[in-house]
This record gives sequence, structure tokens and C-alpha cells, in this order.
Amino acid sequence: MAEMRGFLRSDGRKGIRNVVVVAYLVECAHHVARRIVTVSDDMDVHLIGFPGCYPNSYAFQIMTKLCTHPNVGGVLLVSLGCESFNREALRQVVAASGRPVETLVIQQAGGTKATIEAGRAAVARLKALADQTPVGPMARHELVVGTICGGSDGTSGITANPAVGRCFDWLVEAGATCIFEETGELVGCERIMSDRAVTPELGAEIEACVQKAERYYTIMGFGSFAPGNAEGGLTTQEEKSMGAYSKSGSSPISGLIKPGDIPPSGGLYLMDVVPDGEPRFGFPNISDNAEIVELIASGSHVILFTTGRGSVVGSAISPVIKVCANPETYTRLSEDMDVNAGRILEGKATLDEVGAEILDLVEAAAVGERTVSEALGHQEFILTYKSFEPVGPACLPTRAA
Amino acid sequence: MSTPISPLILLHPDDNVLVVRAAIRAGDALEIDGTPVTAAQDVTVGHKLARRTLAAGDKVLKYGAPIGSMTAAVDVGGHVHMHNMKSDYIASHTRQVVGGSEGGH
Repeated sequence: MAEMRGFLRSDGRKGIRNVVVVAYLVECAHHVARRIVTVSDDMDVHLIGFPGCYPNSYAFQIMTKLCTHPNVGGVLLVSLGCESFNREALRQVVAASGRPVETLVIQQAGGTKATIEAGRAAVARLKALADQTPVGPMARHELVVGTICGGSDGTSGITANPAVGRCFDWLVEAGATCIFEETGELVGCERIMSDRAVTPELGAEIEACVQKAERYYTIMGFGSFAPGNAEGGLTTQEEKSMGAYSKSGSSPISGLIKPGDIPPSGGLYLMDVVPDGEPRFGFPNISDNAEIVELIASGSHVILFTTGRGSVVGSAISPVIKVCANPETYTRLSEDMDVNAGRILEGKATLDEVGAEILDLVEAAAVGERTVSEALGHQEFILTYKSFEPVGPACLPTRAA
Repeated sequence: MSTPISPLILLHPDDNVLVVRAAIRAGDALEIDGTPVTAAQDVTVGHKLARRTLAAGDKVLKYGAPIGSMTAAVDVGGHVHMHNMKSDYIASHTRQVVGGSEGGH
């Protein structure tokens, strides 16, 4: 395999892509921004944005982290003009990161057609500048990899999820950073998780974070252990949760982060995606892509997405590798999948073999090979309202040390 | 690790249960850690069989982690499910009350 090379960013991080993002700052600018991306007709020009007109510090933080993500080489902000999003503050953060950035305000630029034309020219300029980004060698320990499961079924917890766990173990051993999440689906294994924390204080934070998720989901009206789970062979709540949890592998847990927090060093991190305080804006994450966006905001270069029933999504900014748990699903949707972990169920491969294949694909994506969803043009993106308190000092013991 | 043709998957070396990856019929000849075992009943995909002889009260280990306890004994190769196993999980929002009476953990 070719040697990994990264785009060198001013904060010391390295990118495996050099994407120009076109970001709408309110839904009213969405169409114009989308048209700019469409007319630019370039696989590495991606659409992101925040639809809300009212301010939200979480959304501002996530947009900031995405626009300064190591995979991003240039930014075009598209504003209607009267929304509350602080476009100048965002522009300044991006400019300070050394990235080329331009802003278009539709109300000042002459409306839809004029802004799309101006946007096409701006993207070309940004792209030319981004192309001058220096490139340097990148090692495995510099990778940040996130994982999520979506469209899970009874096979997810015995094939794709533990295979991703093997891959995570090897990445963490090499000094890389791995992030898992979905605390709402980890109910029942919080004590098992807290035992893996590098300090007892971090363990207590992890238990509290699952407790928060459990309470939040109860208020939202989520059930947990369904009769269908038992038919599929699952006996207990903790067993069901362990299936999702097995994506994390068996490394010690080095920290607890919230969306947009950048892990301070290599190791395995749990991301707490459930908002703090009383439920205010509805479901914590309305679809898988909302979680993918949060994993990317915390620096993930690549996302490992396990699916049993068969999700087809990708993402803006960072490539998604889809690991299919169910061999029948793989047969139906093979053109949307990167890995057939269902071979484990068919006795054709071991967990270690599939784990090694996933690791190879992470490195292939890092040297520039397109993942399946990336090549198909999938660039899903969603960002909604949330509110978070900052993590406490016990959550990141490696930073405190 | 189970051999490629085994209908059983070992998810973690510490586990005392195996996961069924291909449906098993009563009377099928199985091999568990080198020991021949005859399947006592039909078991469908995703269910668990005992890797060792387990007694009531034993922790059930899957993914290398406790996922509950046995409520009855089972022989090697026996089905482990609702009829002989229970959850040890106490919902965290009720745990403080329960934990107080247990004196913590």
C-alpha cells in the first residue's frame, strides 16, 4: 500500500482529504449553496450548513469545528443576510486557521442567480488556493477514526460490531485516536465501561453520562429491550447493549468527550451525544448522519458505519466505510457496502480477518482511495439544535496529566 | 476461535457461551473446545450455547463481559436463554435506592 500522506494544517493536524465546503448559515440560503455545489461539479466540493434562524452555541461550535476540520482545505459561507448566525465570527476562525475563506450574502449579492454565479467563481478560487496546501507523511497514530451503527439487526452485534472492535484495538495499539458513541444504546453496560476507564473519576463520569442518556430517552418515550430482541437470541438488556458496545473493542477508555471536542491524545474515547439539562429540542440525534457529523466535528478522518439491515449513507467532509453485518443484506446491497462482515456468519471468515480488512480499508481511504459511498457521491449532512455543558476535568485525564 | 465450519462463534476468549451462527438441529454433532457434544434441541441463529458446565448463580460472559447470571444449571452445549438466565442490570435511575440497601458495589 502507498505511504499515507496528509494535508498539513496550521494546528498540526493532517487531513486525508482536501475538501472545499460550501456552508449555508440558514435554511433560506440552502438552495443557493446547493446550486453552487452542483454547478461546481467536483467530488471534493461538499455542502454543509445549519438551517436554524435563531442562534445556538452548539451549532456554531460544530460549524466552526467542521470548517476547520483537517479534511477541509477551503470554505465558502453562504448567508441570506438577516439570520442570526454570526458569519463574521465563523469567517475569522477559518481565516485564522490559515484556510482560504469567502463569504457571500445573498441579500447583498443580487439574489439567487447572481449569488450562484459568484459562488461558482469563489469555489474555483478557493479550490486553487486549497490545492497549494503542503502535503507531508502521515502515520497511523495520527488517524482519528469514529464508529457508529445504523439499521442494526440481530447480526450486527456478532459480526460487524466486534470486527470493528478488533480494528479499533489495533488502531489504539498503534497510538491512533478512536471514538465511539451512542450512550443511549449502551444502557446496561455502563459499569462494564466504567471499569475500562483509565481513572475511577472518569469511570464515574461515564456512568453518569449513561444515566443521563437513559433518563433522556425515557422522557422521549423510547423503549429499550423489545420482545423481538429475545426471539433473536438476546436474553438481557446488558447483552443487547454489549452488541453495540462491542464496536469499541477492548482498549482502556481514555476520555469522555462531547461533540466538537478534539481528543487531546491517542486512545479510545466515548462521545456523549445526549444534550445536557432538561430535554429542549427533541431527539438527541434525529438520524445516523447527525451522529456522523458530531464524530467528524471531533476530528474523525474516517467513519466506520456498521449496518445489518443496510444503510446506504455517506457523509460530507470525511469518508464513511460501511461494514455490512448481515450476509443476506450484503447480497442485496453489495454495491453500497465496503465490507461483508456477514462472511463471519457464513463461516467464511473470522472476526480477526474481517477486522484486518476494515483496518486495510481505513488506510486505503487515508491514502486517497474513495470508499464506496464516497464514489457514489453520498455527502449526507444534518445539524440541528442542541445544548451542552463543557466536560468536567475528570473526563480527560490525559489532558490534566 | 472456532474453526471455519463450526456453527458456533466464540466472541471473546473469556466467554463461557458461544453464539449460534447457523441453525442447529437436535441431534447435530457439535464440537466445543475439542470436545464432541450432541445438540439437545433446535437452536436458531443468534442464540447462545454453554461453552462450559454452568451452575445457578454463575455469571454469563459474552464479549468478555458479564451479561447476566444463570438461574439454573446447564451442561456444555445447552441452550442459555430466558429459561435459565436473568439480567443483573439495575436501571441507573433506580440504582441509588437499591445500591443503598446493598451498601454499594
